[in-house]
Amino acid sequence: MSKRQSLSEPVVPVSHSAYKVVGTRRPKVDAYAKVTGRAIYADDIMLPRMVYGRLLRSPHAHARILFIDASRALALPGVMAVITGVDLPRKYGILPSSQDEYALAIDKVRYAGDPVAAVAALDPDILEEALKLIHVEYEILPAVMSIDEALAHPENKINDEARIGNIHKAVSYEFGEVEAGFAAADYVREDWFYYEGNNHAPIEEHACVASWEPNPADPVGGKLTLWSSTQTPHYVHREVSKVLNLPPSHVRVIAPNVGGGFGGKSDPFSHEMCACELSRRIGRPVKITCTREEVFLNHRGRHPVKMWIKTGVKRDGTLTAMHFRSFLDGGAYGSYGIASTYYTGALQTVTYTLPAYKFEGMRLFTNKPPCGPKRGHGTTQPRFAVEAHLDKISCDLGIDPVELRRRNLIEPYTHAVNGLRITSCALSECLDAVVERSGWHEFHAAFPSGKSALSGNVTGKTEDVASRRGMGIAASSYICGAGKPIYWNDLPHSAVQIRLDRGGGVTVYCGATDIGQGSTSVLAYIVAEELGIQPEHIHLETADTTLTPVDLGSYSSRVTFMAGNAAIAAARKLKEQLFEVASEHLRAPVEQLQAAEGLIYNENDPGGTLPFAQAIELAEARFGALVSSGSYAPPEDIHGDYKGAGVGPSPAYSYSTCVAQVLVDIETGEVVVEKLWMAHDGGQSINPLLVAGQVEGGAYMGYGEAVMEQQVFRKGRHKIPSLLDYKLPTTLDTPEIETILIEIPDLEGPFGAKEAGQGPLNPVIPAIANAVYDAIGVRIDEVPITPDKILKALKAEATTTRASARLQVLPVEAPSPWPTRLIKWQPASMDGVRIAPIQGNGDGRIPGAPSSAIAKGEVR
Amino acid sequence: MRELITLRVNGESREIAVLPHHTLLEVLREDLGLIGTKHGCELGECGACTVLINGLPVLSCLVLPVEVQESEITTIEGVEINGKLHPLQETFAELGAAQCGYCTPGILLSGVALLRDHPQPTRAQMQEALAGNLCRCTGYTKIYEAVEAAAQRMVQHGGAK
Repeated sequence: MSKRQSLSEPVVPVSHSAYKVVGTRRPKVDAYAKVTGRAIYADDIMLPRMVYGRLLRSPHAHARILFIDASRALALPGVMAVITGVDLPRKYGILPSSQDEYALAIDKVRYAGDPVAAVAALDPDILEEALKLIHVEYEILPAVMSIDEALAHPENKINDEARIGNIHKAVSYEFGEVEAGFAAADYVREDWFYYEGNNHAPIEEHACVASWEPNPADPVGGKLTLWSSTQTPHYVHREVSKVLNLPPSHVRVIAPNVGGGFGGKSDPFSHEMCACELSRRIGRPVKITCTREEVFLNHRGRHPVKMWIKTGVKRDGTLTAMHFRSFLDGGAYGSYGIASTYYTGALQTVTYTLPAYKFEGMRLFTNKPPCGPKRGHGTTQPRFAVEAHLDKISCDLGIDPVELRRRNLIEPYTHAVNGLRITSCALSECLDAVVERSGWHEFHAAFPSGKSALSGNVTGKTEDVASRRGMGIAASSYICGAGKPIYWNDLPHSAVQIRLDRGGGVTVYCGATDIGQGSTSVLAYIVAEELGIQPEHIHLETADTTLTPVDLGSYSSRVTFMAGNAAIAAARKLKEQLFEVASEHLRAPVEQLQAAEGLIYNENDPGGTLPFAQAIELAEARFGALVSSGSYAPPEDIHGDYKGAGVGPSPAYSYSTCVAQVLVDIETGEVVVEKLWMAHDGGQSINPLLVAGQVEGGAYMGYGEAVMEQQVFRKGRHKIPSLLDYKLPTTLDTPEIETILIEIPDLEGPFGAKEAGQGPLNPVIPAIANAVYDAIGVRIDEVPITPDKILKALKAEATTTRASARLQVLPVEAPSPWPTRLIKWQPASMDGVRIAPIQGNGDGRIPGAPSSAIAKGEVR
Repeated sequence: MRELITLRVNGESREIAVLPHHTLLEVLREDLGLIGTKHGCELGECGACTVLINGLPVLSCLVLPVEVQESEITTIEGVEINGKLHPLQETFAELGAAQCGYCTPGILLSGVALLRDHPQPTRAQMQEALAGNLCRCTGYTKIYEAVEAAAQRMVQHGGAK
């Protein structure tokens, strides 16, 4: 890449070999609790006098509630309370711009599964009986079950948040000169794609326990504690306070261990509100544990999205312009949907250099469980579309798909055409890694791509005459934390407090919520590295809105970056105090002091050491009780200045690539994914074992979405709300996954770390789709790629020459004109702008790289 | 109406009054406080509630306690003996095989049974033995690596428990 080398590359610190904890493979701090059954999850909490709650849900997709009669249920012995919509009349929702949910439906139900009543009873058996005794009279309304129906039937209005018909949100942007870009192209291609929705399916069902403690002396009447299986205790705290009409000071939300989230536990939920209200009414703790069916109905999963892309390229494959349209099937409520809509467009610009880009997105309300964020939030569907589309272009131009991508890679330390600031980027290295490890060039030299399935030739070396082997590639990028909080403000996004006690104990407090990704461990590793102690030495208190300082939650892959930087800031303050007393004790200047292995020592005099616990005693005698805090907020100037620029910016982006090798049976349509090669640029790994685990988990989940997982509805209802019918990959399905970590430190990440939780999922789906084409010579433009679609496409390819007859995804008849004003925005320079990373800026913005690295970073 | 039954769980005899229609899963968690056994569906689909009955992995959500009164039941709490971890527990922790940890107790019990039948299991044997245990976090890779490491450790230390 001569163009890249012509820029003065920033000096990248590679000093991780000096770290004692960071970068080493070690068990998670909670690993032994988890392997022995000691780890406590929400449903494991059993409180004295606790009773049980359950929700009654609508059987209809769309209906007016005429009346609810709960008198027979209330008369049942053991039933303690029944509440309905009128008892909790305050609206809520995760986004301030989508406050459209009631804890229990008041006027009408909007999907089959919408909660209408909640019961508390002595035991779950009585609850079952009680739910049957609640009579709800409905007037059934026509149901709208797809994007096309939502547009065709504006008169069947589902949600008053929609300004026009069922259009929840429409956005329209143009960056750079798109028409000029297409005019400059040698080749322009258009495609339609469809990505079916799917569920997170965490193995732990949503569960919560609410406990109201009355206090007649308190004008508020008491305090409420909610233990919930949530990724976002901070936002649940906020919404519970609102719905229960309690001051936030009287509400405490705690996330115990969370048995998987993947985005599905990021919203405030009806069952949480109802458990709280039932507990307040009866003065006893109330537990509500959702069934597996209810997990599918709570949903907030991947939006089904129809997408249209038009791309212009030069003969050599250089991109000149892209026009992208997305139509999201949002389900019945807003959830994160406005953000999801923006995300389907915002990150197209940060993987490849686009000189001009137009994006129009539209989210529709339908009578289905609400969609929201799932791993890769809003970026997964367009990534499939863009990468499959580019693959088609590379075939059309006769350019190797790797080469086409290589010619367009975004450059590190630039601004994208839509104003997003890009810092470290090892996409080129990721591409090299998967190409080399998979033997991409050797495979394609031995087995030239595609078109042989129909003629009966065998592609790839297989024993079975019906089997075709193929290899596909894709690349992607993802945010390391949303640049803006959900409620815009100037407050920190994450904060950490550390307390040292004179016995040598270290306690770290942080709101960060461990959903299995290891965020609690990351806090321990970082504080241990800074203070020169073992992570196992540290006590951790997390995810408790009363006890711990704020962290916004485990969404948008933000925790390592943000809580990690906050932890460094807090630890450094204590380290300064410890070094001050150690300097006097050891008679050595502070600059020569080091902290490692539980000792503070003079690097020039290894004999002069001060044990950590003794240093604490000296420091406590000098300064009083030793407590510090640190916080982090992302830099401000990382995005454009247009309305809507708040979705997409991030303090850094991770980069991922995937090569998939598949075997397709052209008689049965079955796709076997034989192997996935994954390379991930997640910056410096804090613990490479956990980073690799995230990459493998993302690859697995992407594989499931690519070939089997889908939400299917029939007659207005979820057709397969069980783990038997909703197919997800078992050990017998999941391919071998080879993971390569590209560990180039990011200048602003804590110790140079970026994210790993979400990004690696994104390239997997298009890599598999492209591999299927490579194997059988026919494109499947719709995910999941199931056997029926393969057989249908092979048949259409063989029997018709008309392109229209082979069209798999029917175009959406979009409203014309597009129902929102076009926002045009010009970047300062079409070639991208050189940028300098922001350096230490007060308490909130201390970069985590070692001080030498920061000094180097300032050179530019 | 509750019925008085005796269950042998983790080597201990426990006399308890159970509702006869409650599953072993419910009785272990709610009546005996053995909350290490998890649930993800209550329909025999996810494998999270796997326990050993006379050494065989069984879904406790599909078993009625009255059926297993004469049997030896092992839950995750019984895999560790007097604070000493089973090698599989050690390697799951060391090698990152437990992420959210929710499917982990069930997978460990399936794994313990696998290692007893196949002290040096192949990947195919692991896939077969663990096919009934869904894990949503790991992609199974680290689980296989942990099973392999435990197998090696057990051979070095003179066979399975």
